Amino acid sequence: MTAPPALPETSRARAYVDYYLTRGRTAISEQFQYRVANYFYMIGMVAEPVIYLVVWTTIADQQGGSVGGITAGQLAAYYIVWTLVRNMNIVFTPYGWEWRIREGQLSAALLRPIHPLHDDVASFAGWKVVVIVLWLPIAAALWLIFDPTLDPRPIEIAVFAVAIWGAYLIRTMFLSILGMITFWTTRVSAIFELAIALELLLSGRLVPLQLMPNWAENLAYALPFMWTFYFPIEALVGDWSNAQLLGGLAAQAAWTLALTGLTLFVWRFAVRRYSAVGN
Amino acid sequence: MRTLRLGWLFFRVGSMNELQYRANFFIQLLQSSVAVVTALVVLALVYSHTTELNGWSKSELMVVTGIQILLGGVIRTTIQPNMERLMEEVRDGKLDFALTKPEDSQVLASVREVRIWRSVDVVAGAVVLAYGISGLEGGVGLDDLLLFVPMLAVGALMIYCFWLVIATLAFWIVNVWNIIELFDGLYQTGRWPVSIYPGWLRISVTFLVPIAFAITVPAQAVTSRLAWPTVGLAFAFGAALFAFTRWFWHFGLRRYSGASA
Repeated sequence: MTAPPALPETSRARAYVDYYLTRGRTAISEQFQYRVANYFYMIGMVAEPVIYLVVWTTIADQQGGSVGGITAGQLAAYYIVWTLVRNMNIVFTPYGWEWRIREGQLSAALLRPIHPLHDDVASFAGWKVVVIVLWLPIAAALWLIFDPTLDPRPIEIAVFAVAIWGAYLIRTMFLSILGMITFWTTRVSAIFELAIALELLLSGRLVPLQLMPNWAENLAYALPFMWTFYFPIEALVGDWSNAQLLGGLAAQAAWTLALTGLTLFVWRFAVRRYSAVGN
Repeated sequence: MRTLRLGWLFFRVGSMNELQYRANFFIQLLQSSVAVVTALVVLALVYSHTTELNGWSKSELMVVTGIQILLGGVIRTTIQPNMERLMEEVRDGKLDFALTKPEDSQVLASVREVRIWRSVDVVAGAVVLAYGISGLEGGVGLDDLLLFVPMLAVGALMIYCFWLVIATLAFWIVNVWNIIELFDGLYQTGRWPVSIYPGWLRISVTFLVPIAFAITVPAQAVTSRLAWPTVGLAFAFGAALFAFTRWFWHFGLRRYSGASA
């Protein structure tokens, strides 16, 4: 069999753009069919930030209106923006990887002349569009109930709009690397849970990082997790200077590149261990 | 008596089945440890900023956490697997096999599955609970403990009723999985005493989803907070819910049309 002639660079790039747009569009129409299911899922998820918000607001109220310098209104803003960032952060899970490897579901994807990761990134990105639309009423309801203090500058809104997609990419790569452990062993749930627990504590998902002890906050700054939760939320809610905001985006870009490189590196070794099941 | 014998029989069969996969015990042990450590870190973090949360000290909240983990283990060991199997069998018609047996259909549907390794969470929760109790100022009286056990049992019964009502909905709605997702989210509210929640949420997790009765009330018993009216209300609501659940189960059963016949 002879290899097909290589495409010139420009049309290769256009082919990828085409692929992403088409896959994103089909994902949007797919997910809009399941709007009720999507809604149940999203409402169930709101419980988590509401619990955190209530706990920390209770403490803030006990201490005369603020905890660690954060007022109740700012806490409300943090956890309401949290709900959108969390939704952006939902990507193909390690458990999904476990399933697709254990059951041999990767076979068809491997036959396509495109890296399977592109399909994950493109289809979940399309789903995000649906999620953002469905999120708006939820945000409005939370806004009325919890009365947040939110007054972003235009540049903060712009950085936020970019940062949620950076968060999406970083978390996709992180969870893909985690999921690919399944190529070596199928007993992975404990490892997944451990990683998710670390992420919960060190990402700003549980609390704004200022409320953590200093050493934990410093540790968080050295890890990728905070760029997927804390940074996008703070970009909109916090009071970062322009330089800090742009520096944050640069850090996100660096982590995206590093983790994508690592993902592709692991993939090269991992896929050799794949033994399709069934035929 | 017959119900207990039936439950014991299924428990033995289910255990023997699971004992084949002993490595799963260690996986579950690791997972439970991660969950417990995370819960304790969260508590430590909260209490690094305050000495009491709405009148609850750190040890008292550890009691709440312990009960929440313990009951979560009970749910995942017995209630959830049975209800998931029930929903699946309603959909594909395999419930025929249970309904044709000469036993009470509700009992049979509720005892067929057991996942013994998940009971590691029951032990983990009990340890956290005991640790919390050991830190209580003034300790815990025998009368408090005597009240705790029946309150926990009534709470577990209410959670079972809630699940069975949801599972029974499967006779009308094919896809009830999403409601399960909702429950998982709401169950996390049990980590904290319900008194901290705003009114609408407090009422929801008390009467719509009986998490407050199942976790906060037993925790109130241990921490000598429980008032007798609450005890009465818990028993009355538990009895009413159980009666409703039983009626609803038979009502739903009439809609069942068997395997693609």
